[in-house]
Amino acid sequence: MIRTVVVAAGLILGLSAVVAQSDPIAQRRDAMKAVGAATREGAAIAKGEAAFDSAKVQMIFKVYADAAKRLPALYPETAKSGGETTAGPKIWEDQGGFKTALAKFETEAVAGGAAAKDLDSFRSAFGAATKNCGSCHEVYRIKK
Amino acid sequence: MRRLFLTLGIFILLGLAGFYVFTDPRVVSPAPEIGTLPPPDVENGKLLFAAGGCSSCHATPGQDDKLRLGGGLALPSPFGTFHAPNISPHTRDGIGNWGVKDFVDAMATGVSPSGQHYYPAFPYTSYRLMPPKALADLFAYIRTLPSVEGRAPGHDLPFPFNIRRAVGGWKLLFFDGTPFRPDPTKSEEWNRGAYLVQGPGHCAECHSNRNALGAIIPSTRFAGGPDPEGKGFVPNITQHADGLANWSKSEIAEMLKTGFTPSFDSVGGSMAPVVRNIAQLSDADRMAMAEFIKSLPAVAGPPRPKKAE
Repeated sequence: MIRTVVVAAGLILGLSAVVAQSDPIAQRRDAMKAVGAATREGAAIAKGEAAFDSAKVQMIFKVYADAAKRLPALYPETAKSGGETTAGPKIWEDQGGFKTALAKFETEAVAGGAAAKDLDSFRSAFGAATKNCGSCHEVYRIKK
Repeated sequence: MRRLFLTLGIFILLGLAGFYVFTDPRVVSPAPEIGTLPPPDVENGKLLFAAGGCSSCHATPGQDDKLRLGGGLALPSPFGTFHAPNISPHTRDGIGNWGVKDFVDAMATGVSPSGQHYYPAFPYTSYRLMPPKALADLFAYIRTLPSVEGRAPGHDLPFPFNIRRAVGGWKLLFFDGTPFRPDPTKSEEWNRGAYLVQGPGHCAECHSNRNALGAIIPSTRFAGGPDPEGKGFVPNITQHADGLANWSKSEIAEMLKTGFTPSFDSVGGSMAPVVRNIAQLSDADRMAMAEFIKSLPAVAGPPRPKKAE
């Protein structure tokens, strides 16, 4: 009995992973949500609502860098619309610019992680990295 | 039979005469006191320049200096494509040889110094709420910016929208020329916010649904609608559940400063430059805007288009 449950659970897990794999819209939404959640934590620290915590700060920049690395592949020609997406047509009209913008985000996230040693250095690195959100959304995202 | 034609002819003539009279762009200037204004406050002009988002439309596209106001940005609309003009202090191509009164009339009544109507793609429908003193400050600030040579291309509008005179009829139907009047029953903060949001900020120009003639439908003002530039949907910013009912005042002020929503999404599209501009205001001004926005009655917006499957 237990074995059946475990196998079934394993299968379901595997299956949902496959479904997620084949659904780039859901995947990029998850990546963006992770960035948003990290930004929430970072903003609390920057505003002094949460204490400066080096491990947490490193995690924030790592989430940014990972997302920036994964995102370029999550906008295939087959996932322009359908599902819940606010991806703008400019992504596919200007793939070069889109990838450059994400590469810049990744570079600044990595540099941010290296630079953020205390609250002040974190604030400026966090400010620089999160500027990428608005500048990229301005061009590559439609209003919703 | 002849009588019928005669009567018809008279009616047509009367109609044309009426059109001519009622669409006359000559204005009663809102600024009779122009000559008596104190010296302009350039700092206040700079603030209004940011609040008004002037550079978002008038900065020369394709370069980074937002203070080079050479114009040329294309603004697509259901009526054709508008091109933002050069408003730099260049004397031939910009507004370098305008007087203060020319500027005030343009901003508050939508009429050019040569006596032509401006299309309401230029949001004088909101800017009119700025008093002549504020407009004179703004004008003084713009005159400190670099002079940029070159004219923007003309508007690309099909018939009948290319007849500027017809804008006079549009104004008769839809343009309210009254200046801002503070509500004495409300706080000073609320009034400051009401002024910034409705006047220079011209938030309703995008966050509202428009009728077939491109005028904001008053009953759903601020309740969002299809993006007038044709991409996506602009959110409802009233206190409706689909709007900002769950946002606190400080969350609204924070979004106007950093671009982050309460769920740490980052606003995009043309709201991104709006945030860059409003971020230049003081915290107190952003809180005032939020105070006013929190007071907007809940209004259901037009239905969102179904998601494409």
